[in-house]
Amino acid sequence: MTRTSLPDPDQLAVRILRGERAAVAGGLNLLDNKLAEARNCAARLLASLSGERWLNEGHLVGITGPPGAGKSSLVCAMIREWRLAGRSVGVLAVDPSSRPELGGGALLGDRIRIKNSSQDEGLFIRSLANRNQLGGVATEVWPMSWLMLASFDIVVIETVGVGQTEIDIADIGDTVCYVAQPASGDTIQYLKSGIIEIPDIFAVNKCDLGAAARKTASEISRSAPRQDRREDWDYPVCLVSATMNAGIREFHEQFDRHRKYLARTDLLRGLRTRHQSAWVVRLLKEEFGTLGLELAGGRAGIERCLGDNASNQFAEYERIRKHLLSRFMSVNPPSSLTRKEHSDEQATV
Amino acid sequence: MASVQSKRDQPWLMRTYSGHSSAKASNTLYRTNLAKGQTGLSVAFDLPTQTGYDADSPLAKGEVGKVGVPISHIEDMDQLFDQIPLDQMNTSMTINATAAWMLALYIGLAQRRGIDPRTLSGTTQNDIIKEYLSRGTYIYPPGPSMRLIADTINYTVKHVPKWNPTNICSYHLQEAGATPVQELAYALCTAMAVLDRVKASGEIEPAAFPQVVERISFFVNAGIRFVEECCKLRAFGEIWEDLTLTRYKVEDPKLRRFRYGVQVNSLGLTEPQPENNVQRIVLEMLAVTLSKRARARAIQLPAWNEAMGLPRPWDQQWALRMQQVLAFETDLLEYGDILDGSPVIAAKVKELIEGARKEIDNVESQGGIIAAIESGYIKRELVGSHMNRLRAIESGDLKIIGVNCFQETAESPLTAGSDGAIMKADPAAEQGQIDRLRAHRTKRNDADVRAALQGLVDAAKSGENVMASSIRCALAGVSTGEWGDSLRAVFGEFRPPTGIDIAIDNREVLGKKDQVTELRERVASTGSAIGRPLKLLVGKPGLDGHSNGAEQVAVKARDVGFEVVYDGIRLTPQQIAQAAQEEGVHMVGLSILSGSHMDLVQSVLQELRSRDLAGVPVIAGGIIPAEDAEKLATLGVRAVYTPKDFNLNTIMADMVDVIRECNGLNRIGSLH
Repeated sequence: MTRTSLPDPDQLAVRILRGERAAVAGGLNLLDNKLAEARNCAARLLASLSGERWLNEGHLVGITGPPGAGKSSLVCAMIREWRLAGRSVGVLAVDPSSRPELGGGALLGDRIRIKNSSQDEGLFIRSLANRNQLGGVATEVWPMSWLMLASFDIVVIETVGVGQTEIDIADIGDTVCYVAQPASGDTIQYLKSGIIEIPDIFAVNKCDLGAAARKTASEISRSAPRQDRREDWDYPVCLVSATMNAGIREFHEQFDRHRKYLARTDLLRGLRTRHQSAWVVRLLKEEFGTLGLELAGGRAGIERCLGDNASNQFAEYERIRKHLLSRFMSVNPPSSLTRKEHSDEQATV
Repeated sequence: MASVQSKRDQPWLMRTYSGHSSAKASNTLYRTNLAKGQTGLSVAFDLPTQTGYDADSPLAKGEVGKVGVPISHIEDMDQLFDQIPLDQMNTSMTINATAAWMLALYIGLAQRRGIDPRTLSGTTQNDIIKEYLSRGTYIYPPGPSMRLIADTINYTVKHVPKWNPTNICSYHLQEAGATPVQELAYALCTAMAVLDRVKASGEIEPAAFPQVVERISFFVNAGIRFVEECCKLRAFGEIWEDLTLTRYKVEDPKLRRFRYGVQVNSLGLTEPQPENNVQRIVLEMLAVTLSKRARARAIQLPAWNEAMGLPRPWDQQWALRMQQVLAFETDLLEYGDILDGSPVIAAKVKELIEGARKEIDNVESQGGIIAAIESGYIKRELVGSHMNRLRAIESGDLKIIGVNCFQETAESPLTAGSDGAIMKADPAAEQGQIDRLRAHRTKRNDADVRAALQGLVDAAKSGENVMASSIRCALAGVSTGEWGDSLRAVFGEFRPPTGIDIAIDNREVLGKKDQVTELRERVASTGSAIGRPLKLLVGKPGLDGHSNGAEQVAVKARDVGFEVVYDGIRLTPQQIAQAAQEEGVHMVGLSILSGSHMDLVQSVLQELRSRDLAGVPVIAGGIIPAEDAEKLATLGVRAVYTPKDFNLNTIMADMVDVIRECNGLNRIGSLH
């Protein structure tokens, strides 16, 4: 048993909604905590935070692309634009973990590339290790991005650029951007793989390279039209240079344009409902296995139930979770699970 | 006897790398050292001066006057050389990113004293390339940095012809872990990049280009394997002679000589049984003096107690006397090259040359040294070599007397004194320098200052040589921070790859296998008990750029299973505390080698408390005297690691235990 106490989730939620940095940090720690009592507390926190706002407000942006394409410096340049426009920004930067048999550790080096040297209270960066999960994004990113959305105008998720499997990003972001590197075989590989189906915006970085960059941009523009292509979105391809600060403003405007497009066409609500359901199912399965999903009414049943409570999926999640816990632990009535956690403000774990 | 005396060779220039607290205190030290028989000066600048900040900049806090002398404007330079005739002195300045500025102040001072700059002799280190690999006092990105190097070379060749405008450094490559072959290859690649850049600038007539080649000198390290080191220097000379002829068509052999200065190895100096460093230093000096053909032009020796803190005047005197005994008492300078004709030496030199040529070709095929630095190749190679060295020390394959063998020792009378056998920089120096700078600002003609700075900015933008406008700035009373900021606005600032994100691939696991396995289990089980994987923030507060130690700890911690956040160098305590909060780390590790640990650690602790993070344990590593380590402990620092703690596995086990304690778990104890 550790000495560190868990925060009161309802109070923490209030502080997060007020934008207190310490509370955001504490909330993220809690969502990362795998101890049983922390999980109860985390489910309560998400339920307290959830609401209509999570379907309509803020902007979740996903950035992906091959290693060395300059994702972090581009994110840095975009943050500058958002901050100039007075929007607060939260960043979740995901880096690879070493293999479990090699200790599973990770070096998280993104802050240094994203951060400007000056102090900025409107910017919050959390680095995460992907902990060997396929798809390039750790499970924790889902709830963490929702939590950040309660506190910041923009939430950017930068994923590990390790290969062609990072399709998970499509299940998080409202707007997904793929950063390509000119004259690189990677881009051709990506074009061939499934990932070309995902981004809403493309950036060809290092456009100061000239012809090579223009060639890559035209290859992307000419690539096969996607299956679910939305007729009324143009999938822009932007030539940018993060280091030379070229084309950044035009590129940046595409994000706002896409966000407005999603709102105007009423796509945002459906997208977020789907993303939240997918995550709830994934988390329930992680904690309770296939059997747990069955006991809770099966995948389809859960999704229907979540869809009916679209603006309150996390409250629904907490309810299902409690139900499952009581089923699993029916020999030992789960009185302790509903016990009010003592309200220590500090969340250092 | 008299006839022998007359045939003796001239000894090399004898210097001691020094400077601290203030221009005034350093001037006193220089004049004392010169009176003791030192024949040249070697100026150590403090970190704000090296990185282009004024003493009153927030980033300079705690760093003013610590690792060297603060020079904020021409009046400081004047005081530093008070009663020292510039036209008769040979002055070496260890200055890189702001080399053009320090040189401008020196030339400006000479002009003000009515001395012809053509009579000035000395050296500006001015090898900014190696700053990206080691040492870390860069400011601008590689492109503009190369341009500044080229500007100083182009200017001095024409106007200060006896000056060595750049000292290509293999020294710091060795400190960063380079093998002799890597040292040779990367230093020579850097020299080629510099010469190519000067040539491309078109400022020098082709006929005058051999003079440029002649002015390129080197700054070399000498380690304890002194036979191999001696061969390394012969190899340097041979390759340089060949390269200058074939690549740069310099016909005159006199202009193709490999000229170098030396500071012998500080990496191998030990904190346990520090008196052993004396014999290490003497043996290392032999490496650069034995062979007449490859003898150093200038030597500076570290003091025996450098691994413990700032040397006292007496310690520096002892180092100078070592040189004098070798030069004046022994018969070394009476002979020709005593190694010529030795087949063993010849074979070793050949082997090194072949290895170096292969690696030079390798780097050139990657587009040259700048491209290989930008891609991370060089840093990766150096981190790999350094890891091998550490592993060999841990396993005992590489013996270090008093450290991993023969540890038993009687109590040393040398370290028994009340001062802990080290000197303390004057704690009042920082405020004194700030007051002096602020007073200076009120005395200047503001219109002159503005016009001079505008001239500098215009030159920087247009591509015109920045030296002339920098000298105008010097004479107008511009400050170091103003010069640095004006160029930052034009050139931008460099944010480097940290070396650790690069080291992530296929890096072999360090240390004894069984201990590593045990450590991984401890890290994993502690993480499970606390609820999430252990997360560590490695922070380097202040301006000190020596990042090797921090990088080794970060890589090792990753290898045993920590999730490690490393933000690189030059962070304020506020930034470190903010990162600790945002990242939700279980521990903050601070690495400080500049001697500013008391100020900086206290500031970090205070910033953490103000964010309700008093419960997050803080540990510190660096050159921290025992007395200070105790003070840090009473302030709340949970552990202090110094150069005597060379075993990274032991450090990791201790770190895990500190985290356990802070989370209500029992300590596990030492590794099996």
